[in-house]
Amino acid sequence: MAFGRYKNSEAARGLTLVSPPFFYAITLLAAPLAAVIMFSFWTQDFLTLDRTPTLENYRTIMTEPLYGTLLLRSLYIASAVMAVTVALAFPIAYFVSFHVPAHRKSLWLFLITIPFWTSYLIRVFLWKVILGYNGVLNSSLLGTGLIGEPLTFILYNPNAVVLTLAHAFAPFAILPIFVSLEKIDRSLLEAARDLGESRAQTFFSITLPLAMPGILAAMVIVLIPTIGDYVTPRLVGGPNGLMIANLIQTLFLKLNNAPLGAALAIVAMISVATWCITFIVIAKILMWLTNKARGLT
Amino acid sequence: MTALISLTGINKYYGDYHALRDVDLEIAEGEFFSLLGPSGCGKTTLLRTIAGFEDVTDGVVLIDGADMAGVAANLRPTNMVFQSYAIFPHLTVAQNVGFGLRKSGMSRSDKAQAVQDALEMVGLGGFGARAAHALSGGQRQRVALARALILKPKVLLLDEPLSALDKKLREQMQTELRRLQRQVGITFILVTHDQEEALIMSDRVAVMFEGRIAQLADPQTLYRRPLTRQVGDFIGVMNFLPAQFKPVGDLITADIAGLGQAELASEQCPAGPVTGGGAVGIRPEILSILFQGETTSQRETVGQVIERAYYGDMTYYDVRLDDVDAPVTISMKNLIDRPVLERDDRARVSWDPRALVGFSD
Repeated sequence: MAFGRYKNSEAARGLTLVSPPFFYAITLLAAPLAAVIMFSFWTQDFLTLDRTPTLENYRTIMTEPLYGTLLLRSLYIASAVMAVTVALAFPIAYFVSFHVPAHRKSLWLFLITIPFWTSYLIRVFLWKVILGYNGVLNSSLLGTGLIGEPLTFILYNPNAVVLTLAHAFAPFAILPIFVSLEKIDRSLLEAARDLGESRAQTFFSITLPLAMPGILAAMVIVLIPTIGDYVTPRLVGGPNGLMIANLIQTLFLKLNNAPLGAALAIVAMISVATWCITFIVIAKILMWLTNKARGLT
Repeated sequence: MTALISLTGINKYYGDYHALRDVDLEIAEGEFFSLLGPSGCGKTTLLRTIAGFEDVTDGVVLIDGADMAGVAANLRPTNMVFQSYAIFPHLTVAQNVGFGLRKSGMSRSDKAQAVQDALEMVGLGGFGARAAHALSGGQRQRVALARALILKPKVLLLDEPLSALDKKLREQMQTELRRLQRQVGITFILVTHDQEEALIMSDRVAVMFEGRIAQLADPQTLYRRPLTRQVGDFIGVMNFLPAQFKPVGDLITADIAGLGQAELASEQCPAGPVTGGGAVGIRPEILSILFQGETTSQRETVGQVIERAYYGDMTYYDVRLDDVDAPVTISMKNLIDRPVLERDDRARVSWDPRALVGFSD
């Protein structure tokens, strides 16, 4: 019997093995996503849900300037977070990979993750305590006489959101960069030195290009969740630090307009995907150009 | 002999570990030189000291008369072929080979020509556009060679370059490396743990044990007249038989277990005259088994075959000579009219006293 043979085949065993996660993915990822997409084509008429398919929600998003402004601000803040996080994470990952003795590396990675054992919410509140008008930072600076009056540009604005999120996502950037640096064969660096490159040149011609997959992964890992974050902007962002996810949350929970919220979520998703692909392509082109500039392509 | 590389009183410590001990060495221009020893003997450390990847704790490294103290690897007139080949995975073959030309000030077309020439020299013409990761082990090695040789270094350093290749390819590359070295005339310094490779390729070999140079000689001297038992044992196979030595005029008489009395000329004791207890070393091809009816003008003794290994071209016998505990190894060419002895067969063994080497330990 064909079925009997199939039952014992390698493929069948494979399918059996992947079916629980597959089922999990369908019910918890694909189904809700499909629901969101469906909702985005419906409309809310006060208390009733109009299930006639329409592009009305998307038209609203395109025409109302509020949505565009918030979306751009979200992309801007998330990109800033991404840049700051990766820029701060790289030196840490580099130090642990290249300058910490092999037997201490896991200890270092462990120490790096310790702050993240506390709740995300508590960490955001702690930043409020540090950055506030009467906060730790301002009192210390006032105490030392470095400033005459409390700094106000550090809380309740986009800067505070960037700072807080950059801290929150640091380990997610450090780990992939660390892994890509660990994978670099150290003899490649010696070979570059042997062929006449200085330390700095070796870094730019060998270390950085070979760490690029990890850096790109870190960028994507940081960018995607930060765009959708709404706790941090709500708590430390002030009126000008609100992001697209805050609006989506408001539409769903306060304004009772799930269809518009769903459409906005879809637009945000498409934007972040486009933005990710764009900078990955830019990074690839940059690498290609540097190779070309070295000649002998 | 003008010394291109001169090492004087080199000592290297890693913490308490004494990796290089009082190494003195001069290497001539155009020489194919090998550093040979078991793993952990310091041969790679010594090579990396010349390349500039390791600082010496004490001692002077001169290359072409210039003191290399404090000179970084990128500023030394040396290039290296790494054990792992260290081919840059994100660059093409041509980019790898042309990597070091960046500071040469050559025009773009000159560089491209130089890369082309270097690739052809190692037999990889037409491979320039390939991605580095698409190369086989042997090809990677050739790329590493071309990449180092294109810079026309005064010295090419090779860190076990053939150890990752299979046997056939390794033998082919040994001949090719030798040919390449004669062609470019650059000094090659090869690090290897393979004594056969060192003998085949080198003009001179330094045998190293525990951070020290045990013997520095050409391959033939190394094989025929090892300075110590350790060297004799490491290079090829050597049988050792306990012996009592007594100097008689210019000669030394040896009373050798299993072989009897023999007279050794002074050059047969390379480390100096031996008196009292010691051992003589004798190579397996110097001992030969006399088959039925064969006679010899050489000396003769008897023993019993306790093991044999048939290799096709050769048969290796372990023979216990009468009155000696440890067996000796004897290699015999498998000529057409020669039988192969079995275990427990009695064997008559002839030997040539001129090939004995006397050791005091």
